[in-house]
Amino acid sequence: MRWFAERGWAPRAHQLDLLASAQQGNSVLLIAPTGAGKTVAGFLPALTDLAIRPKKRPGEAHRGVHTLYISPLKALAVDIERNLGKPVDEMSLPITMETRTGDTPQHKRARQKLSPPDILLTTPEQLALLIASPDAERFFSGLRYLVLDELHSLVTSKRGHLLSLGLARLRTFVPDLQAIGLSATVAEPDELRRWLVRQGTSPSPLWGTEGRARPVARPGESPEGRGGRNDLASTPTPTLRVDPPHRGEGNAMADLITVSGGAKPEISILDSEEHVPWSGHSARYAIPDVYEAIRKHKTTLLFVNTRSQAELLFQELWRVNDDNLPIALHHGSLDVGQRRKVEKAMADNVLRAVVATSTLDLGIDWGDVDLVVHVGAPKGASRLAQRIGRANHRMDEPSRAILVPANRFEVLECRAALEANYLGAQDTPPLLDGALDVLAQHVLGCACGAPFDADELYAEVTGAAPYAELDRDSFDRVVDFVATGGYALRSYERYARIRRTKDGKWRVSNPRIAQQYRLNVGTIIEAPMLNVRYTRAKGKTGAGTAAALTLRGGPVLGKIEEYFVETLSVGDMFIFAGKVLRFEGIRENECYVSTGGAGNVLVPSYAGGKFPLSTYLAEQVRGMLADPARWKALPEQVADWLRMQQMKSILPRREDLLVETFPRGERFYMVAYPFEGRLAHQTLGMLLTRRLERMGARPLGFVATDYSLAIWALGDLGRLFKAKKPSLAELFDEDMLGDDLEAWLADSWLLKRTFRNCAVIAGLIERRFPGQEKNGRQVTVSADLIYDVLRSHEPDHILLQATRADAASGLLDVRRLAEMLSRIRGRIVHKMLDQISPLAVPVMLEIGREPVNGEANDTLLMEAADLIEEAMGSA
Amino acid sequence: MNIAARDLTRAGCETISVAGMRAACDQRGVLHVPELDLLVVSDLHLEKGSSHARRGRLIPPYDTAVTLQRLAEVVEDYQPRIIVSLGDSFHDGEGAARLPEPFRASLMAMMSGREWFWIAGNHDPDAPADLPGATVRELAVGGLVFRHEPSRGHAEGEIAGHLHPCARIVQRGRSVRRRCFASDGARLIMPAFGAFTGSLNVLARAYKGMFRDGAPTAYMIGTSRVYPIAGSLLRPG
Repeated sequence: MRWFAERGWAPRAHQLDLLASAQQGNSVLLIAPTGAGKTVAGFLPALTDLAIRPKKRPGEAHRGVHTLYISPLKALAVDIERNLGKPVDEMSLPITMETRTGDTPQHKRARQKLSPPDILLTTPEQLALLIASPDAERFFSGLRYLVLDELHSLVTSKRGHLLSLGLARLRTFVPDLQAIGLSATVAEPDELRRWLVRQGTSPSPLWGTEGRARPVARPGESPEGRGGRNDLASTPTPTLRVDPPHRGEGNAMADLITVSGGAKPEISILDSEEHVPWSGHSARYAIPDVYEAIRKHKTTLLFVNTRSQAELLFQELWRVNDDNLPIALHHGSLDVGQRRKVEKAMADNVLRAVVATSTLDLGIDWGDVDLVVHVGAPKGASRLAQRIGRANHRMDEPSRAILVPANRFEVLECRAALEANYLGAQDTPPLLDGALDVLAQHVLGCACGAPFDADELYAEVTGAAPYAELDRDSFDRVVDFVATGGYALRSYERYARIRRTKDGKWRVSNPRIAQQYRLNVGTIIEAPMLNVRYTRAKGKTGAGTAAALTLRGGPVLGKIEEYFVETLSVGDMFIFAGKVLRFEGIRENECYVSTGGAGNVLVPSYAGGKFPLSTYLAEQVRGMLADPARWKALPEQVADWLRMQQMKSILPRREDLLVETFPRGERFYMVAYPFEGRLAHQTLGMLLTRRLERMGARPLGFVATDYSLAIWALGDLGRLFKAKKPSLAELFDEDMLGDDLEAWLADSWLLKRTFRNCAVIAGLIERRFPGQEKNGRQVTVSADLIYDVLRSHEPDHILLQATRADAASGLLDVRRLAEMLSRIRGRIVHKMLDQISPLAVPVMLEIGREPVNGEANDTLLMEAADLIEEAMGSA
Repeated sequence: MNIAARDLTRAGCETISVAGMRAACDQRGVLHVPELDLLVVSDLHLEKGSSHARRGRLIPPYDTAVTLQRLAEVVEDYQPRIIVSLGDSFHDGEGAARLPEPFRASLMAMMSGREWFWIAGNHDPDAPADLPGATVRELAVGGLVFRHEPSRGHAEGEIAGHLHPCARIVQRGRSVRRRCFASDGARLIMPAFGAFTGSLNVLARAYKGMFRDGAPTAYMIGTSRVYPIAGSLLRPG
């Protein structure tokens, strides 16, 4: 430490605390807002240790990796190398530092294996690959520290599960390895503290299951300590912010250091003179106000929730950009080169505004942002806090942010989020149990590295927090799956990928398996994408064939989802990369476009990026609706809207579920207001329509938003509910989550999509790589077909189990639906109306705008066939 | 041929004419030619599961069971005198040798009492091991020619497989892709029947020059019937 001080560096208190914790041999979690110098803190123990280590003597064998740094983004690793490399060079520390990502050239990777740097900066996927190589144990033998950046964003996904297993493996290689987690503020810090250290029992099988409750021997308690450190750990001064690790409670935890936020952010909700729309997500009404705000600030960061919204907002801003302000666009589908350019311009402070999606969420340093504008509701209080943290990267100055609700419900949501931010509420999602498909990938990876003993590996795996509760039977089934597919019909024994040899260890049966594993590593499954490429030639207008095109290629603008492109006809206009483009045709895996003009312009919708409303915010919104005293904080037109609702219908109390029924046109509608997010509402809509169908109410369709759900039918729903045929209590009974859910799931495309992802992660089917699409279709095995066959022959197969677990928390949000159904039991309020209520307007406007849900694909075929009959007389 | 035509109007079938011969595209993925008392099935790809398993992709071993069960149902229904399996009946050359015993028995039961032709395919160029039936490169009956790979250019009366045709339409902004029979009235390409078989859009380059007007009519296979869709409505991809 003195060493650093002599060079004029004044560390902050939490940085010293972290160093002290680490020097006692503990793993530690640092929770701090952006701009608190988290990363420097994370590297401090490593730098200190490396700076004072004795010089390498000539002839001494090369030392291994000392510190491994893992971040969710490649860009972040690159950024760290730049930022940390500079001081290290200036202080001429004898420390080598390198990145290793998917972009690292093969020869450099090979060299890194032979002669590793002291600090290796990498990603979870690269760690998995390193672990799966035969010399992994030797490669990591000198490892001291594992620094995990942006831990809060890693742990909530399957990537986090894979990383936790990798960490468990590293701990087996190096028992006293110390993990240092860096995180933004989260709801449950203890979850992350457990995540960083070994859970449960000792590896000795003697302990059996009882051993689970045994406290874990902490690394660093060994009396020898480590040479050369005692002089450094001089009088550590623990402050109130340091929570000591809990001992003897069975769940080991890392130390915790919390840095509370600096100055409170100044957040306002855009108070526009314009009419706030009833529904929709474009926030077009607010463009002039947003533009004004950009003009008044140095650099503005504009966040939106989806890439479609980003494209739209960018277009709209340029439409009014009379001053030609440099405004850029940044989202994950744009060409990498384009993104790097924007990032650099941002760092150089030459931009006035950037429209961005979550790609900029994480802690990269972006120059002098003095305003964050959030268009659309933030969907979660923690997400909002993290995004606002982007403004004013200095902790002592307040961040300034403006929330721009796109519709009236979003006004309520923004208000709730704003209050939550002041209150410091956190609603990061709870961590999920480790996924079995990820475990399958890891088990194969371990076998690729070295033969494993099943008992030892089970003990290791349950040491990883997400897998701490994994039972032995599931583990054995996963191993069986990896070996022979895990089918009841045991016909694949002779094709086993891993085999148990005489010494009882599992080993890979041939080298090709390891090759396949390397191609398949990772948990990120992207929707199939096509390159968007400029061309000057024009395609034939209409639903022409691509074969007829002779297109000459120009520059690539980025990537776009295949399923969106598939709905385009030549001549259609769409917005992408901030430009209006004309679709010219598809060739191979490229989508050809030319500069578009006027006409009906489409906005691509993207599968990812739609966050459902968080449970916490939903509750806040319900609370606000129920309490007229809080309406004073709302814009007058929104408060008016609620007063009208009170007059014409009612407003539900905080814990109630309001269901309105009314006739309209030839149909009868019911609108329910659960406020549980779009995914849970979609599942609810599917299940309710099935029930109504069975009960003879003849439902026709439904539409779900984040706030409410509308179902329409030919039968008079209001009268049916009144006559208790069925009663609303019966209709909303929790038993819908039993057989109805099971029956619906059987053919749901949602489940098929989930299955496909699990099957790829588990290594059952191959990843689709660009270029092999399309023409490979008749030879590859479709996941849908496998799903159908597996479901009818082996419904309890481990992969189907994994799929159902995913769906319950993911696309279907069954978990949340279940909580809601139990919450509203006996609290359903039915209001029969003669006409639509003010509160129902937003969801009713979505009808016709959102695709009506349902899976009646055959109806579409029938319509197309009928078109021919109409035109031709008869087929 | 002097065989009385059976009743063709089975539910979900679409009757068409190929080079003047009447035939029914059955929703279950087979073609029935009543005048010849002949049933055509293409690209069974039996033992595809185990074929992949050999190379380390352990997909479920139930495909042969599913495919044969479906086939047995249509055979039982039509009781044809002649069955033509239009090539790629097995996913690889050793597929027939790997065929588990119960499946061999059920296949033999289906074959018994009828003429069975194995057309040689690119996946299974040789006669299947230990199974009866005649293995031929192609077969000509009553003005129709059956072969595995469709020939280039126009081929009047050719019934082929190999390409696994599917078609795609976009209706009300939603895309629907289904396996299909593809025909321009002169020739026909059969959909693949096997449980694990993928498909290739009829507008793909592999079909170039095969149909008279560029795109064929696609007889798309729905859940309960076959839908004839004009070539002009089809989309690539």
